[in-house]
Amino acid sequence: MNLIINGKPGVVAEECRTVADLLSRPEWSFRLVIVERNGEIVSKEHYGSEILCEGDRLELVHFVGGG
Amino acid sequence: MLDPLVIGGITLSSRLFIGTGKYSRNTLIPEVVSASGSQVITVALRRVDPESQDNIISHIPSHMTLLPNTSGARTAEEAVRIARLARAAGLGNWVKIEVINDQKYLLPDNLETIRATEILAAEGFVVLPYMSPDLSAALRMQAAGAAAIMPLGSPIGSNRGLRTTELLRILISEVDLPVIVDAGIGRPSEAAEAMELGASAVLLNTAIATARDPLLMAAAFREAVAAGRKAYLAGLGPVEETAVASSPLTGFLK
Repeated sequence: MNLIINGKPGVVAEECRTVADLLSRPEWSFRLVIVERNGEIVSKEHYGSEILCEGDRLELVHFVGGG
Repeated sequence: MLDPLVIGGITLSSRLFIGTGKYSRNTLIPEVVSASGSQVITVALRRVDPESQDNIISHIPSHMTLLPNTSGARTAEEAVRIARLARAAGLGNWVKIEVINDQKYLLPDNLETIRATEILAAEGFVVLPYMSPDLSAALRMQAAGAAAIMPLGSPIGSNRGLRTTELLRILISEVDLPVIVDAGIGRPSEAAEAMELGASAVLLNTAIATARDPLLMAAAFREAVAAGRKAYLAGLGPVEETAVASSPLTGFLK
């Protein structure tokens, strides 16, 4: 499945069906990640039920150091 | 023990807010929290870089009140989007609004900041707008539902100190919200000066993070903020044009 993650096109395996599946990948799993899907915030309790679709635009953001 | 400061329903015994940027290593952050005695700490929000192992939240003690900023926003709408994302993290509803269009001095856009304050306060955020010290803007932020205002002392990260003292004095006098001096404070003496002036708190990042010994500097700021607050509460003595003798004016053995 083709997704746009943080502005970059990417391909994820077909078994990666939900936001929770995507966030379980090692590059994301250890962080507190906030997700916007096609411009809408996905609340954390919906990560498991939010089904990814071909062409979805996802923003994955997190807290970093700042003043 | 200082008199408490209440913001957004949270009672703070520390009047020193700190940031999490620019540390040589993030493992210093819990030590700085401890040395500063701070209870409020800022963070920024950015896209996750899959290459980086950075995870700032893991370094912030859980008792801290998190104050996410909207850095990177150029409009009210962008600030609102960032604030909503930050709240979705589930770590509280405080937000430091930061809307900046000037890349040289990083001075805030008060007009956009007022608009963002209106929207976010209506959505139940505890809104702390970073602002240029202007009375009419401050009063509009107050009317819009800000929980405090955060006027700058001098440009962000400049360590130039309090260059807006007269304007800060007016804000402290006229605005019925806590005034938290944010940005520019470089020295503990400047933090003490802001507190003597009647500021409710100060927010620092660069001055501590870029010190040779950040932990010792955090401790220095803690004492300076406490000293300045106590001096404000004590009431400074009058300033006179000429000497006013402190000892009796009669001759020693007369």
